Amino acid sequence: MSNAAVTAATASRAIDADKSALARLGAAFVGRLVIIVPYVWLLFFFLIPFVIVFKISLSQTAIAIPPYTPVLDFSDGISGFFAQLKQLSIDNYLWLTQDALYFNAYVTSVIIAAISTVLTLLVGYPIAYGMARAPAAIRPTLLMLVILPFWTSFLIRVYAWIGILKPEGLLNQLLLATGIISQPLIILNTYTAIFIGIVYSYLPFMVLPLYSALEKMDHSLIEAAKDLGCPPTSAFWKITFPLSLPGVIAGCLLVFIPAVGEFVIPDLLGGSQTLMIGKTLWNEFFANRDWPVSSAVAVILLLLLIVPIMLFQRAQARAQEQDR
Amino acid sequence: MKSLGSIRRDFAPWNDPNAKPYIQFENVTKRFGDFTAVNNLSLTIFEREFFALLGASGCGKSTLLRMLAGFEEPTAGRILLDGQDLRGIPPYRRPVNMMFQSYALFPHMTVENNIAFGLKQDGMAKPEIAARVGEMLKLVKLEQFAKRKPHQLSGGQRQRVALARSVAKRPKVLLLDEPLGALDKKLREETQFELMDLQQNLGLTFVVVTHDQEEAMTMADRIAIIDKGEVMQVATPAEVYEAPGSRFVAGFVGNVNMFEGKIARGEAGTASIDAGNGITIRTENAGDAAAGATVAFAIRPEKIKVSSTKPAGAVNAIEGEVYDIAYLGDMTVYHVRLDDGQVVRASTMNAARITEDPLTWNDRAWVSFRPDAGVVLTR
Repeated sequence: MSNAAVTAATASRAIDADKSALARLGAAFVGRLVIIVPYVWLLFFFLIPFVIVFKISLSQTAIAIPPYTPVLDFSDGISGFFAQLKQLSIDNYLWLTQDALYFNAYVTSVIIAAISTVLTLLVGYPIAYGMARAPAAIRPTLLMLVILPFWTSFLIRVYAWIGILKPEGLLNQLLLATGIISQPLIILNTYTAIFIGIVYSYLPFMVLPLYSALEKMDHSLIEAAKDLGCPPTSAFWKITFPLSLPGVIAGCLLVFIPAVGEFVIPDLLGGSQTLMIGKTLWNEFFANRDWPVSSAVAVILLLLLIVPIMLFQRAQARAQEQDR
Repeated sequence: MKSLGSIRRDFAPWNDPNAKPYIQFENVTKRFGDFTAVNNLSLTIFEREFFALLGASGCGKSTLLRMLAGFEEPTAGRILLDGQDLRGIPPYRRPVNMMFQSYALFPHMTVENNIAFGLKQDGMAKPEIAARVGEMLKLVKLEQFAKRKPHQLSGGQRQRVALARSVAKRPKVLLLDEPLGALDKKLREETQFELMDLQQNLGLTFVVVTHDQEEAMTMADRIAIIDKGEVMQVATPAEVYEAPGSRFVAGFVGNVNMFEGKIARGEAGTASIDAGNGITIRTENAGDAAAGATVAFAIRPEKIKVSSTKPAGAVNAIEGEVYDIAYLGDMTVYHVRLDDGQVVRASTMNAARITEDPLTWNDRAWVSFRPDAGVVLTR
């Protein structure tokens, strides 16, 4: 090969290298873009609203529109803006610690949510297990049946429970007619009604992750356990349950997190005396028109839920790693 | 014909009328709905035997194994293990262990906990469990992997863990469902010999299910060839290969050339077969074929010689044309098309580095074989 040819070849190779570098840059840009979209979404629909709520929680209530001061703006220039900032205080958070109502509401909410989560797990696990063991042909139908309630408004479904649970409701009529009870049961406006409502409403969120964990489990593992001398019940606790733990954790958190802040179910089924933080927040906001205090309640609620949410994410990340 | 015995010269309980059978399938039938997976099948397996169930996929061999393990119950008939009827005994009370095709290792347990699982079920004392697990890890050469989880192991290592787990309890019978199916060829061949050593050292009875005839031939004392839920033949690898009981077995195990024709009996086991188109085959292995019956004459490729001229004094020599040659290194396979169109497969070991009689495509050639080289099949 002559010198000139060598140079030309080198040059063309360099151009090729440039081209591939450019292509790589382009790919990197597209990859970046794919990540940017959800970040922008979160920025606009989570972070900015949260900052606004946080700002309101540091404000004072006022008879005005909007019902708090200061309203941050630049009408008095930069110095005016900073003067307004100085008016912000943590008084509302201190207030939350002074009135036992809020503390009790938080604690009650967490306890109710925790009990409901355990009940949902107890009801949901056998359902998910049955679905995962059902013949493959009918599994999509069963899955459809679990999702089907979502086609009706959540509010209407909770309302329907009033008709079932009230003293002269369907359940009591049935039990009285069959002679199981002689006096109508008082369920509506008790914690029992709240548990029933939460278990009913959040059951799909428990069943679906459990089902997906149980369905992908290799049945030969159970056979192997039996083959090695393990009776069926013991095989369930030693093999099936541990392997479904990612589903159990996901399902519990998907029920627990929204249940803590639940408002509609305690309001409609739990009666006026139930103390849950979602209801307290609603009262502060709509009945008292105290936006700053209700914002503070919301911020504390968020902080309270960040712990289980982070646990959830860690469990998910671990499950994904195991799949690999 | 000389008798074709087992590989282990002193081990042939199936020839001993006083030997007590260890596993007995008695007229076992298994149906799944309309489908009959196992059809009125009887089999006898002896203690310390390495027994292979060989068949194509869906032939019912895995169902046999699963019935022995207790995952399926026979629809009819019974299975005896050491004289005890296994009907109604759940898998977790049977003294058999199984190595699963998928290995079925518990993904949430370490290697040592997988191996210890069955021992813990038996309520064995902790120090004994630790000792047995150590012994098993050493046996399968995985000592340094004891704390790993299954997903951190290679396919071959997982296979070893599965094996260690299934032999840890010292079962009376070890069932192996396609034990080497997921390994690549090299590793599979190595592991075949390791399995044989293991079976010898532990003195266990092995029942292995495989669709790989080479695997069955390599490892097993006896092979049962299963087709459509029925036993076609039970025999030693050598018998299956050299004295197949039927056309199906001859065709299923190894390569074979078959000539169909009417048989005329000669003296003391000799016969001639008129295969049509002027081809007459003389054989000394006519067996009990009745004169005038339509039979198949089966002959293995390595027993056929290919030459460019008609060998002097050959009893059986047929002319044809070289149609295809495959050089495989250790041997060369010739496909010779006879004048009637039938293609005969013949293989020659390449004992010398350079072949002295180089045949090539489209050459006229003669295929010849001795009168004792093939067998007559009536079924």
